[in-house]
Amino acid sequence: MGDYKVPVKYLLSHITKLEIIDAPKITTKTIEIGSKYSPDFVCTPFKYTLGTMIESIEKGSNVLIQAGGGCRYGYYSELQKQILKDLGYDIVLINLVTAGITDPIKIYKELKKVTKINIVKSLYYLLITKKMVKYMDNIDDYIRKNIGFEVKKNSFIKLKNKMLKSFSKIKGYFDLKKQYKKYLNEFKQLKINKPNNPIKIAIVGELYTIMEPFANYFLEYELASKNIEITRFTNVDYLLFRKSKEVKKMLKKNRDIKYKMGADASDNICRTRMLCEEGYDGIIHIKSSFCTPEIGAMPIISKICAQYKIPIIFFSFDAATSEVGIKTRLEAFYDMLEMRRSK
Amino acid sequence: MNGYLGVDIGSISTKGVIIDENNKILVSEYIWTEGNPTEAVTKLIEILKSKLPNDLKIKGIGTTGSARKLIGLLLDANVVKNEITAHAIGTLSKYPNTKTILEIGGQDSKIILIEDGIIIDYAMNTLCAAGTGSFLSSQAKRLGIEVEDFGNYALKSKNPVKIAARCTVFAESDLVHKAQVGYLKEDIIAGLCRAVVLNYLNNVGKGKKIKGPIVFQGGVSKNKGVLKYFEETLNEKITVDKDSHLMGALGVAILSKNNKKDTIYNLNIKNIEFKTKGLECNGCANNCEILKIYKNKDLIDVWGSKCGKTFK
Repeated sequence: MGDYKVPVKYLLSHITKLEIIDAPKITTKTIEIGSKYSPDFVCTPFKYTLGTMIESIEKGSNVLIQAGGGCRYGYYSELQKQILKDLGYDIVLINLVTAGITDPIKIYKELKKVTKINIVKSLYYLLITKKMVKYMDNIDDYIRKNIGFEVKKNSFIKLKNKMLKSFSKIKGYFDLKKQYKKYLNEFKQLKINKPNNPIKIAIVGELYTIMEPFANYFLEYELASKNIEITRFTNVDYLLFRKSKEVKKMLKKNRDIKYKMGADASDNICRTRMLCEEGYDGIIHIKSSFCTPEIGAMPIISKICAQYKIPIIFFSFDAATSEVGIKTRLEAFYDMLEMRRSK
Repeated sequence: MNGYLGVDIGSISTKGVIIDENNKILVSEYIWTEGNPTEAVTKLIEILKSKLPNDLKIKGIGTTGSARKLIGLLLDANVVKNEITAHAIGTLSKYPNTKTILEIGGQDSKIILIEDGIIIDYAMNTLCAAGTGSFLSSQAKRLGIEVEDFGNYALKSKNPVKIAARCTVFAESDLVHKAQVGYLKEDIIAGLCRAVVLNYLNNVGKGKKIKGPIVFQGGVSKNKGVLKYFEETLNEKITVDKDSHLMGALGVAILSKNNKKDTIYNLNIKNIEFKTKGLECNGCANNCEILKIYKNKDLIDVWGSKCGKTFK
C-alpha cells in the first residue's frame, strides 16, 4: 500500500530466504480484476487487495501476506483465501492480524512453514523496519504541510523517490538514522513559498482509502495544488505502534463517545473535536463505500463540526466513483473555505 | 460600455448571459446542449451576439457547468468555476438574504446552505439521477405530454397518487402500474412531482437544516408542481426568480467581472476549428482515456492522463 512496500520488502528480504516480488502498482486493471471476483457490496479495500493478490500471483508469487485490520477487514483474509482457492490458485496466505489481534508466535509459525527464520536476526530487522516506517511517516507529514507551496514543480516527489530508493538499500540501524537526517535536511532545504497563515485542511477517515493514493484519486495532491496545508494522522506508524495507547487517552478526555466503535471510528470522532478546537479551516472525511465503522462515526462527526461551524465534506470512494464529481465538490469546498477566510 | 459573458453548459441545456458592470442581465439565451457542448456554445454565442448593443465590449468570460473546462478552453475564459460556487454567487447577487438554495438541473441536483452571505454547507446528488430534470422529461415522454406542461397538469390534481421515490427504476415501474390501474393522468403527474421533492429532501437534503428565505432554481424550478410540493413539505414560502434557470451563468459572469484583466474578447468563435480526439493510452495497465484538444489544428491541451505523460 502506497510507499510502505519499501520497508516491508526490506524486512522480508532480510529475514527470509524467499524471493520478494514487488506488488504491482495499482492500476485501473487491478480494480477491475478485484471487482470481478469480489462480492459487490464488500468495501473497496477488499477489491483492491484481491486484485493486487491476483496480479502478484500472475507475476509469480506463491506466498502472500495480508495485513488484516480491526473491522470486517479482519476476516477478509479468510474469504480471499477461499476465493483464490476457488479460482484454482495454489498459494499460502499469511494474515498478520487475525480477528483484530496480532499474534507474533502464530505468524512466526506460519512463516516457518515456508522459509527458514532466525529469531534474533528477525528482531533486529523488525526494529529497523519499525524505525524506517516512523521516519517515512515523519517525512510524509512534512511533505503534506509544504508540498502545496513548492517553488519548483515536483521537487518534493522527486526527492521522496530518491529517499525511498536509498532507504531500500540501507545497511543497518545507524545507516538508516544517517540517511533520515540527510534527507530531512534536504527536504527542509527545498524552496517553498508559504504564506504565514495558509488554509489548513485535515483529512480523517478510513485507513486504507486515506493511505492508498490510488484509492482516493490522489486527493492530497489535488489539495496541495490549491496551496493548502494538509494534516492527517492515520499512517502505519500510528496504526501499529501508537494507536492503542492514544485512543485510550483520547476516549478518556472525549465526551462524544464512551466506547470504541471498531477500526478508526472512535479515533476520528475524538480527532474531529480536537481539530475543531485547533481552528482548522475545514475537515475532509474519506472512506470506502460500505465502510461500516465510519458510517457509524459520520453523524457524530457532522454534529461536532456543526457545533464549531467548521465545514466538513464527506467522500465515499468506490470502484466506480466519478472523478469529475469529486473534483467539482472539492473545488466548491475550497472556494467555500476561501470565502470564509476573506470575510 | 463593458459587458461580461457567463456560460453555463449543463448536460441538458446551455445557458448564456451577458451582464453589465452592475450585474444587470443585458441579454440571455437558453438552448439545448443535445450532447454536443462545443456546437451548442457556438450557436449560443451567435445568438447572443445578434442581440448585443453595438458599443458593448466583452471584458471577461466565465464558464461553469459540467462542460466548463472544455468550453473554458474554447472561449479562452478568464474564469472556470464549479457550478456550486457559481450558483451561490449568482443567487446572492439578486437575493442577498438567501439562507438556502435548492437547485435541480438536468442531471444533478444540489442544496447550498448560506449564512451571512457565504456558503457554509452544500451537497450534490451522487450516483442517482432520480428526481432530476432528465427523469422528469423521460417520464413526460412516456405519458405523451410536453415537459413544459407538467406543472400545469400537476396543479389540476386533487388527489396525487403515491409513487415510490427512492429510485428512478422503481419510480418508473410504480408509475406504469398506477397508469395501468387507471389513475388520472394529472394525479400521476402530481404524484411524480411530489416524488421528486421527497427524493430530493431524502437524498440531497438529508440531514441539512433548511431555513428560509429559500430560493429554488435550475430548470426544474420552472415546474409549478414541484414548487408547490416543496412549499407544502417545507412549510415555507419559496422564491423562484424569473431567471431561475440562468443563476449559474449569472454567477460565473459576476466572477469573471471580478477577475477581469485588460483583454477584450471578440467572440468570433464561429470560424475557430475546435476538435477533440479521444484515444486509449496503452502505456501501462491503467489504460487511461486520453482526450486531446485541438484549436485550429494546434494541440492546446491533453486530459485524462493519470501518470502525467504529456502526449505532445
